[in-house]
Amino acid sequence: MITLSPTEEWHTLTEALAARIDEKADFFAGARVTVDFGQRPVPKVEMLSLKALLERRNMILSAVLSESLTTIDAALALDIRTTSSGVPGHEPEESAPIDPEEEGTAGVMLRRTLRSGRTIHSRGHVVVVGDVNPGAVIVATGDIIVWGRLRGTVHAGAEGDESAIVCALDMMPNQLRIAGYIVTSPQVKRRRPQPEVAMIRDNQIVVEAWS
Amino acid sequence: MGAKVITITSGKGGVGKTTTTANLSIALARLGKRVVAIDADIGLRNLDIVMGLENRIVYDLVDVVEGRCRLPQAMIRHKQFPNLYLIAAAQTRDKTAVSPSDMVALTRKLRPEHDFILIDSPAGIERGFRNAVAPADEVLIVTNPEVSAVRDADRIIGLLEAFNRGPGQLIINRIKPEMVRRGEMLSAKDVTDILSIRIIGIVPEDETVIPSSNSGVPVTMSENSRAGQAFMNIARRLTGENVPFMQLDATGNLFQRIARLFGGNNSET
Repeated sequence: MITLSPTEEWHTLTEALAARIDEKADFFAGARVTVDFGQRPVPKVEMLSLKALLERRNMILSAVLSESLTTIDAALALDIRTTSSGVPGHEPEESAPIDPEEEGTAGVMLRRTLRSGRTIHSRGHVVVVGDVNPGAVIVATGDIIVWGRLRGTVHAGAEGDESAIVCALDMMPNQLRIAGYIVTSPQVKRRRPQPEVAMIRDNQIVVEAWS
Repeated sequence: MGAKVITITSGKGGVGKTTTTANLSIALARLGKRVVAIDADIGLRNLDIVMGLENRIVYDLVDVVEGRCRLPQAMIRHKQFPNLYLIAAAQTRDKTAVSPSDMVALTRKLRPEHDFILIDSPAGIERGFRNAVAPADEVLIVTNPEVSAVRDADRIIGLLEAFNRGPGQLIINRIKPEMVRRGEMLSAKDVTDILSIRIIGIVPEDETVIPSSNSGVPVTMSENSRAGQAFMNIARRLTGENVPFMQLDATGNLFQRIARLFGGNNSET
């Protein structure tokens, strides 16, 4: 786990990091590292240069922690696992408390199709404008909204929030979980797609028309 | 810039990458293009067999990369098409013998003298795949009308997008119109519903493909193969020609065929 200062100049930061790694090259070789960028917005080119810097030293950039959507998007584009800052299981240290009544809950919005193998983890809601294909996975502590076809696996309320919901324009997930509940889609060959919403009611997941 | 580098990949194995590479190479050569086919499946070389050039390999891709021979020494000229060359994979090594930048450097040397460089990617999403797509200007994704093959193709398209090589164009291989009509096989539309990328060709199941691959005479070399015709059409589309999709479903009565013509449905390919 490497934490990078969010304010330092990018090139001084990477140079310092490279120097630190080279000091103990044997120790770091082969390591899979998670980099915490804090609030720094890291565009894709910078992310790519960091990834290359690590790979030249036989290290793998396995995950990215960030509070910046630019950074998360860059990581997603490079197919690197992402988490909003705050390691799962720990409270985020300095982020402002979220008041759902006043501010709404933070979320991630993705305007692209999630293809097989793509995994999105979010502390908050996830909105996808595009399809979620079979083999893609979304795990969110809040709600999951798919403005498109949902065919992958989704887990809303992943930390136990039973009020979480999942909405999709065409709801055919491989597997759908809300908090501790789990359902699969019925095998229907031809159906008319319609917007639907899934939620927990009377201790089970129900799916109904989204209106 | 010169040649266009086209990588043929799929994710899943056994869907017809090598058959496609061999046939498109020969089809492009028949169209008068200067073509180099490169087998990037190091350790499991096959393209040479399918193209009928196995017994002429002296030097291979790894020999070039490691400097044991000059590039032209590893380029095997096809007997019938003097404008077609093959660079074979090494059989004794593994994918790590070559790096993505080696592939970029190799194709850079080949580009000025040729029109098309076709790279046959290994199955999988690891080093071999990354080697194969690194120099690509265009990627062709081969899939079969099967759920598992489509799933892997979807994963590949996602990775191509991440490498800025996406989204690529799709070849649906080994489709059986009869089974599609009975609802037992995914249709072209079912496949594109998931993958949402452009189709460059649909190749029908054809029993002549396997014996012709075995004998090293790909089906595009003969005139009367349905699959060969489909590969020829793809090659024409690669050269920028606008070729209408083949009517695969030649059976059925006149009325059904006219209905399909107007219905624009799945079996019309």
